[in-house]
Amino acid sequence: MSSAPEKSELEGSVLRGLRILLPAIVAVAGTAAWELLVRIYDIQPYVLPGPIAVFQTLIGDWGVLSQSLLATLTTTVEGFIAAAIGGIALALLFNLSRLLEYSLFPYAVILQVTPVIAIAPLLLIYLPQQTAVIVCAWIVAFFPVLSNTTLGLNSVDRNLAGLFQLYGASRLQTLRYLKLPAALPYILGGLRIAGGLSLIGAVVAEIAAGTAGAGSGLAYRIAESGYRLNIPRMFAALFLLSLAGIVIYALLALISHFALRRWHESALGKDN
Amino acid sequence: MAESAPSHRGSDATGFAVSLRGVTKAYGNGVMALGPFDLDVRQGEFVSLLGPSGCGKSTALRLIAGLAAPTAGQVQVSCQVSRDAGNARADHAIGFVFQEPTLMPWTSVRENVRLPLTLAHVRPQEAEARVSEALARVGLSDFADAYPRELSGGMKMRASLARALVTDPDILLMDEPFAALDEITRFRLNDDLLTLWRSLGKTVIFVTHSVFESVYLSQRVVVMTQRPGRIGAEIRIEAGEPRSDGFRTSAVYADYCRKVSGALAPSYAGRMAL
Repeated sequence: MSSAPEKSELEGSVLRGLRILLPAIVAVAGTAAWELLVRIYDIQPYVLPGPIAVFQTLIGDWGVLSQSLLATLTTTVEGFIAAAIGGIALALLFNLSRLLEYSLFPYAVILQVTPVIAIAPLLLIYLPQQTAVIVCAWIVAFFPVLSNTTLGLNSVDRNLAGLFQLYGASRLQTLRYLKLPAALPYILGGLRIAGGLSLIGAVVAEIAAGTAGAGSGLAYRIAESGYRLNIPRMFAALFLLSLAGIVIYALLALISHFALRRWHESALGKDN
Repeated sequence: MAESAPSHRGSDATGFAVSLRGVTKAYGNGVMALGPFDLDVRQGEFVSLLGPSGCGKSTALRLIAGLAAPTAGQVQVSCQVSRDAGNARADHAIGFVFQEPTLMPWTSVRENVRLPLTLAHVRPQEAEARVSEALARVGLSDFADAYPRELSGGMKMRASLARALVTDPDILLMDEPFAALDEITRFRLNDDLLTLWRSLGKTVIFVTHSVFESVYLSQRVVVMTQRPGRIGAEIRIEAGEPRSDGFRTSAVYADYCRKVSGALAPSYAGRMAL
């Protein structure tokens, strides 16, 4: 009997190892197959560059690419912060006033369901480019924050709400000590989605601005390289974009984990 | 009859801590949950409301707490302690213990117990002392910094009790607080509750569906009928003070339990098919 828990523990660590090992194997195998394919069929770099060529471009063009990465990241972060503040503030306002919620919520939905790629050209006409890009990032990213925060504020434990009522808590106290903490897991979930979306918003706006803009973000770099048939640089920029998305997601997941680890089911180990 | 909210008055000539007169409660869909219901509870008395589930006993408790307004009738809750100058206690005559522990999962036991004082803007130093005292009373001093999920069911209930006691209320309302606990834990908490009641002299209204628990704890058992809840019978339990495990096994206890069960039987009439 005593060996049973040890065995399951061993199985657990093997599974954890596999979760890292298997994707790594897929990555290595995929990259190797890609490189082989390019070499065997002697595909030209302006059609399909091999991973090595992409990596060389990444190093060689680092000066240009890093500038672009910084520009895109700045836009993304600004859009994300605007979305976080806007989404949470709007949800709080909706929570305080039902009339306001009824008046404005449909328009939040309309903003969300209208493809941002179609809104971007209009925004670029009316707003300075940098502002337009941030607004695009905001439009796609604020809705998940808004709807998740609203959901969180409305899922307060009924008995706890009764308790606050019993002790004569003011609206502000109820918000601060009850609703916001109760909504925190939902807010963090919304922010995690918003992080990735604000990157998408920034990229969409940069693409829409295209050659007309004076932008220097990664998406602009991809569009520009496309026109010049500089395919390796397109791949390198794409790689950096994916990497940025992964890092943003990982950072937000980490923040979420540390904020919730002592109490929320989502952050607790499965065996607890 | 005109709708009236519960009135919480500073003093009451009748000497009753809680007084309900012709109280009814109808839900939005018109279903009568309670009443008409009359109940007087003396100051310092331990009263149990006993009845089948859905008989409106929790509703009665919520009306007394002021968490809901009666459809008709009057709810009077008087506070024994006058709010004279220099009396630093928080202005809350009522402590409420819910069916579930109802703790905030995102913060420690200490912060949970402190909540009523925080909401009442009690000074931090004073609050700290009173939180420690309340935790000591329920035997949770060593777990002040634990989070609710780290506690057992019985300890969570103790924390909930400490929170109800921290404002030093005159009246303690308890809504089937121990129903979800195992029997041994429930017995221990029953004993601890009696000890607290004897030393603090609070008025306790205790809702339960357990005949044995009601007889063991209370001075008076109010048996309620099926919905809409009315008073079916009232039985005084005049025995075994101070009560402890000896009382639980005594013939007197068994007699009372039989008597209360008999009084409760009509409330379950027609439900036997279940």
